[in-house]
This record gives sequence, structure tokens and C-alpha cells, in this order.
Amino acid sequence: MTRTVPPSSEPEAQTSTAPKDVAPAVALHTGTSDVRALLTSNLRQSGIYIAFVAIIALFTVLTDGTLLSPGNVTNIVLQYSYILILAIGMVIVIIAGHIDLSVGSVVALTGAVSAVLVIRQGMPWWVGVLAALATGLAIGAWQGFWVAYVGIPAFIVTLAGMLLFRGLTLQVLDNISLSPFPPGYGRIASGFLNGLIGGNGYDAFTLLIGGIAVAGYAVSQYRSRIARIKYEQPVESFPLFVAKIVLVGAVVMYFAWQLAHARGLPIVLIVLAVLIIAYSVITTRTVFGRQVYAIGGNLAAATLSGVKVRAVNFWIFVNMGFLAAIAGVVFSSRSNGAQPSAGNMFELDAIAAAFIGGAAVTGGVGTVVGAMVGGLIMAVMSNGMQLMGVDQSIQSVVKGLVLLLAVAFDVYNKRRAGASR
Amino acid sequence: MDDHILEMRGITKTFPGVKALEDVNLAVGRGEIHAICGENGAGKSTLMKVLSGVYPTGTYEGEIVFDGQPVRFHGIRDSEHVGIVIIHQELALVPYLSIAENIFLGSERRGRFGLIDWNKANAEAGELLRSVGLDENPVTPVGQLGVGKQQLVEIAKALSKDVRLLILDEPTAALNDTDSAHLLDLLRRLRDRGITCIMISHKLNEITAVSDNVTVIRDGKTVETLSLHAGEVTQERIIRGMVGRDLESYYPERESHPGEEVLRVEDWTVWHPTQDRKVVEGASFHVRAGEVVGIAGLMGAGRTELAMSIFGRAYGRNITGRVFVHGKEVRPRNVAEAIDAGIAYATEDRKHYGLNLIEDIRRNVSAAALNKLASKGFVNGNEEIKVAEGYRKSMNVKAPSVASVVGKLSGGNQQKVVLSKWLYTDPEVLILDEPTRGIDVGAKYEIYTIINRLVAAGKAVLVISSELPELLGICDRIYTLSAGRITGELPVGKATQENLMELMTKEKELVA
Repeated sequence: MTRTVPPSSEPEAQTSTAPKDVAPAVALHTGTSDVRALLTSNLRQSGIYIAFVAIIALFTVLTDGTLLSPGNVTNIVLQYSYILILAIGMVIVIIAGHIDLSVGSVVALTGAVSAVLVIRQGMPWWVGVLAALATGLAIGAWQGFWVAYVGIPAFIVTLAGMLLFRGLTLQVLDNISLSPFPPGYGRIASGFLNGLIGGNGYDAFTLLIGGIAVAGYAVSQYRSRIARIKYEQPVESFPLFVAKIVLVGAVVMYFAWQLAHARGLPIVLIVLAVLIIAYSVITTRTVFGRQVYAIGGNLAAATLSGVKVRAVNFWIFVNMGFLAAIAGVVFSSRSNGAQPSAGNMFELDAIAAAFIGGAAVTGGVGTVVGAMVGGLIMAVMSNGMQLMGVDQSIQSVVKGLVLLLAVAFDVYNKRRAGASR
Repeated sequence: MDDHILEMRGITKTFPGVKALEDVNLAVGRGEIHAICGENGAGKSTLMKVLSGVYPTGTYEGEIVFDGQPVRFHGIRDSEHVGIVIIHQELALVPYLSIAENIFLGSERRGRFGLIDWNKANAEAGELLRSVGLDENPVTPVGQLGVGKQQLVEIAKALSKDVRLLILDEPTAALNDTDSAHLLDLLRRLRDRGITCIMISHKLNEITAVSDNVTVIRDGKTVETLSLHAGEVTQERIIRGMVGRDLESYYPERESHPGEEVLRVEDWTVWHPTQDRKVVEGASFHVRAGEVVGIAGLMGAGRTELAMSIFGRAYGRNITGRVFVHGKEVRPRNVAEAIDAGIAYATEDRKHYGLNLIEDIRRNVSAAALNKLASKGFVNGNEEIKVAEGYRKSMNVKAPSVASVVGKLSGGNQQKVVLSKWLYTDPEVLILDEPTRGIDVGAKYEIYTIINRLVAAGKAVLVISSELPELLGICDRIYTLSAGRITGELPVGKATQENLMELMTKEKELVA
């Protein structure tokens, strides 16, 4: 199996990533009838989930349980949210067979534009956000134009963009850092929803949201099951179906419980969950998403099937610019200001997340949820090693090796699949 | 006759879950041309990979005796060392390197200090080229040569390695008749020089023309080895061995009831996208409902270019002329508009232009008409599976389910997926470019049956093919194309291979 099955084929695993992103609508095919088949139906996809669980287990033991403590779970979400947001856009770029090296600079520039307006000009926080998003869209359109309509490889266009937008960041900021943001802006990345309906040592609102998410997941899974039955397609046995939902629910509620015992529901987690669900649906269920896979899988065949390749490529980059701007807002909010060097190397983390999450270097393969798991694997490892006090240099070595091994595993699997022909 | 240069005995090769070869025996006499034929997936290529060391010793059972000695190959280098060279269907030349560089790639001609002696290399390459009858400068980049000439470069490369047993996998699949004839002639000359050839081919007329013996493989087993010397073995006899039954006819019967005109093209002219020349010039033709119309032309005549330029200007520039569908002029500016106008084009190169090989049947079938499955931009996945499943059954695609990846299907089944994809766009006129290239006899018959079903349903079908017997077998009318111009139009009753060929070469002679 060289192709990545849509994310929903392993629903129980994706929940452990971010509880709300269980993208129920993506539950589509694979006629799996038992757990074994479910796991082995796609070794590559299940492999990544197993690896994720193993890494969590490993670092939980190594940190004496600190990794999964309420405060730290919250921290991981806050610390890596912008990388995950970038990875959503990046995996789409990579599926289409491109790459984007400029996102780190775009994060810096959009954050800088926002900071100049809010901090220096004293405008309200939402003006900064809108300006950042507009900047991101304009950057995306600029890069999309060169890639799609002029036909310059994305590697070159975005390498140029990396320099260009870093330079513009320095220009906009006059080479100095700007801080602090007013409190309203800071809430985007560091704010929490809690205490809305009270609680006794924990936040009932967070639990309520968790419960709603689980119910929503169950309902959509059930509806998709009904639709499959209506179309006479195989579905898993009913006990297994229920077990799956119970397992997902348990993981989600555990996660919500941890958050509720810390500071409540992070606002940025809501942003992230909405983006993950929306983009999972876009990539797997919309015509646009399918055209992205078609272009990456075989550009010539897609062109001769009536896909408007240039338009699709253009919008892929506009979308990347948009998501990079959201990441820029979140990052500037979290760091409470704009620095000339903000977002340095973020592109590499986002690219690594996509590849660890199963995207293929040659295009045509990858999933949003996979990229999220890939990003979280990096996040848990970084966080775990930080908790253990591992030196920065060693962390870098370990992350590099994990990226290499993940892709090597992918290549090995493909070769095995190829040989069994 | 007992002087065998190669004997493969009891070869069994198993892949996880599949027995690709089972107790296959092959004996090739010294200095003969030995053909191997069998349906797609019969195990011909696997056998050749065992022989050439692509599958190293130990991964299969059985023994290989070459020139009286048992041999064990651990890789291609080992087999090349004893003089076994394989030329694959997909040529392995580097397009940007020169002919000489390609020929000596991996066995560079060294001079002093270990540097490459280009004078020596080019001189030697020139000699090799003469011996294969290719009149080209050795410094010419290979990418500038046509497929036929590239094939000759491959053979020259094999000769440079002191080849004793040359294996050719579908050598003429991509060649036109002239180039094929030239290649077969070359094989005869190589035989006279004492080089043994194994030729894998689907083209039975070529096998009967040049081979001394033919071994038929079916379902991973040797069926028989027939000697072609006595002249008693006919193509029908070979087919019977391949499919295990008599094919009553190559082409299914069809009654022709042409209706009204569906496609009309007037004065169509197309310029080459980068060079300053016309590829198609003033072509006019029409296709009626319920009619199969053929376009015959040699390679380079502009057949594919004509079709693709009509298909939403997917090829060429400065396109002029008019296209009518059901009497109404259409001006598709891109492929999507062409599809909307009711035109479908199934490419000659399904792997590169027709299919997304890493995707499954379901997503390939829906690829050209996703909008039919979508509302407000959302695709109905269940409906899509149902549609694809329907085509899988009606087209008899041999795959366990629509979730099967198309890259793993055989050529014939891939072609059926391509046809399904275009049928699902519900076209008025279907242009089929080389619809049976590289697929076996049984699958060809199925494709013809599908074409007949389409015209019976009132569709118009335009078939481009290099194989004249195929056009004569399935078409109602045939246009000939030569150097971008339509040089003739014949009802099938009046057409013969001879008069078609005459028309297909007409323009060239005028120019020459």
C-alpha cells in the first residue's frame, strides 16, 4: 500500500492528538471488519499513530508523568499551535507536489505588520489581526502567481520569498523589536475560556465542550455509518463501532479533564480544532481537495482530466499565506510582540511535520491529520526533552534523526509494497 | 538443435501471496531469435528479471545454465558480465546526454589519468551506430532522437558490452511500422553475427516473421515451445496457446448504422508549441453517431497532436479552425470546457497522461467528472464508490475492489479504468488514442467490445492507431494523416493495408 488512506480509517488514534479534531465527516471507506484489519489496513498510517502513542508513553515514563500533567498538556498546545497551523497549509502544498520555504518569514512579516498597527499606531487588536491576514493573503497571491502562472518551481519562488519577506520584516520593524501588545491581543494565544459555568477546582465549561465534541463525533460517525449501509458498503461490526466511539470519547474526555484542571480551554485550541476539522473536510471531501491530490499524483493526467491546474496551484499558495498569517498572529500574540527574527526555521518544523505524518516527497500523498500527528510527535519530543533538561544541541540531533527515520520507514514500506506486486 | 546457449529449468518465483512463476522451463538455442509471448501478467517480465539478475539468486527456485555452466546472478552486473543484456520496454537512456555518453555510461572509455577519452568514445560509438544502421552523430543528445532511434542506441549500447544474449522487452511497442521493420531486420543481422536474441512481444505477426522458436507462457507456467521453421505455426495457433482457447476472431462483429453527424472539424491548423512549424495543417473531418472512424498515420504525422489540440487546446499554439458538436460550434479553451462540450480524449500514454497511478480505481474513474458527484463543492464519496463499482463490473476490470491502486493493475485493466473515466463524463464523441497499445489479445478484444457497445448506444468514436489491421477491423471509415495533412478518406470496405500505407506516406514523398 503506497497510498495513504483518508485519516478516518484510524479514528481512535487521531483523537489522542487533539481531541476536537476528530474530523468525523471524513469517515469514508476501507471496509474493515475487525480491529486487526483496521490496524494493518495501512501500516504507514497506523505506524505513525503507534509511534505517537509510544513516544508519549516513553516520555511520560522518563519525566515521571510530568508530560501528561494538566499544566504541561496545556503548555504543549500553546507552544506548538502555530507550527501545527503552518503544517496544515504545508501538507496541502506538499500533496500538490510543491514546497514552501517562506512560511517562517511570512510569520514574521504578518506579526510585524500587526504589531506596527496595534503597538506603534495604537489601533484596536482586531485591526492588527485583519491586517496580518490581508498581508498573508497578498503574499500567498504573490507566490501563487509566480508558481502557478509563470511556472517557476515553488522551491525557487519560496526561497526568494524567504529572503524577501524577512527583509521586509526588518524594514517594517526598523530592525527593532516591538512589544508589548495590549491585553486583548495577547488573549489569542494565551487566553482561556473558563469559569463560564463555574466548577469545583476544575472548569466545568471545558468539560462541557469536551462532551459536546464527543457527542458531535458520535452523531457524525453514526450518520456516516448509515450512509454507508444505504450504499451497501461494508461497515465494521456494531460492537466495534461502539467500542471505537467509546475509546475516542474516553481519550477526548481525559484530555478535557486535564485541561479543566489546569487553566481551562485555551482559545488557540479552539482555533486549531476548527482549522483541523475544516481542512480535513476540504482535503478529503471537496472537489478542490481532490484536485490537489490529482495534481500531486500525476500533473499531466490531472491537466488532461480537466483540472484547472493553474487556478488550483494559485489557491494552494493563497491558502498557505492565509494560514501563515494566522500562525503569525498566534505567534506574535504568544511572544507578546514582534521580533525581526521571529519565525526563524518554522518552515522546517512544518515541513518535517508533514513528512513525518506520511506525506510523500513526490506529491499526491498525505493527510492533514497525519501532519498534525507528525507535528505533535515533534512537539512531544521537544517538550519531553525540555522537561528532562536535555541540551538544545541533543534535541536538534534527535529531531533530525526522527525525521530521517520516519521518511526512511515510509520508503521501506513502499519498496516492500512494490516488491509484493 | 541441442546446442542451447541458455537453459532455465524449473524456475519458480513467489511473491507474498502470489506465485508469479511456477516450474517454468526455457531453452534457447545458440544464435536463434527466440520469442516469448503470453498475455499481460503471464510472467514474461518476471522471468526475464530472474534471468538478468534483477531478482538475485536465492529469491527464486530452479537453475539457470548459461553456455553450459550453471550461473548464479546477484545483480544485473553479474549477468552483463557473462554477456546477457536486457533492454526494457521503458528505455533507460538519459535524454540530456549524448549518444556516445549514453552508450558508455557505466563503462566509460578511459584514457590517461583515468580521464574519459572522448575522441576514442565518440569514434567507437560511431562504429557501433553504423553496425545498428543508425546514421547519427554520436555527440547528438539522445533526447533529440525519436523513440525508434533511441531503441537502436540501446542496442548499440548492448553491443558495446560484448553481448551474447540480447533480451528485448516489447521492442516495437512504441515504434511505427517503418521503424519496426528496421529493428526486426537488425535482429536478423545480429543473429547472423551469432548474437542470440530473446524477444518478448505482443505482435504475433512480428514473431512469426523473425523468430526461430516461440515459447508461450500462461499464468506463470510454460505452455509450449513451438518451432516456427516448418511454417505450420500460424498466429492463431500461438494465440490458442496464450489464451488457452481459440479466439474466433480478433475483432467482434458489429453492424454499422451511422446516424447524424456528431463531430465536425474544419480547416484545423496547429503550430508546434516551441518550434516554428505547423504540426497539423488544414485538417477537416467528421464523425457520425454510431460510427467508428479511424485515423491512420505514421508516427510523427500529427495524430495525437490533432486530437489533443481539439481537446481543449491541450497541445500546440496558434490553433485555427472550427469544431462543431452536433452542428453547433464549440470553442473550448481548456480541457474542462472540452469535456463540457461533450468531447473526451483517452490518451495513448495512460501511465503518464491518463492515470494517477498512486490512487485507486475509484478516484481515477471520477477524476474527469468530479462535479457530477459533488454538490456545493463537496464530493459524495458513497455515490462515487457506487459509480466506480458499476464501471468495474461492466468493464470487467480485474481487481478485488475499487479501492485497488491502479498502478498495480495490468495494462489492459488500466486501459479499462481510463475508458471508464471518460465514459463517466458522458461524452458525445470519444477520441481513443492507441486504445490497445501494450495490452494483450484477450483484453484487446474486450476493449473492441466496449467500443462497439458505445457506438451501439449512439456515441461517435474516433480511433487513432498505429496498427492498420486494428483500424481495418473495427472502423467504418478511415482517414489517413501524413505530415499533418489529411491525405485520404476511405470507407473500410475499400481500404486495405496497402492503399492506406500509400496515403499515409503520400505527403512525405511530395516533400522529399
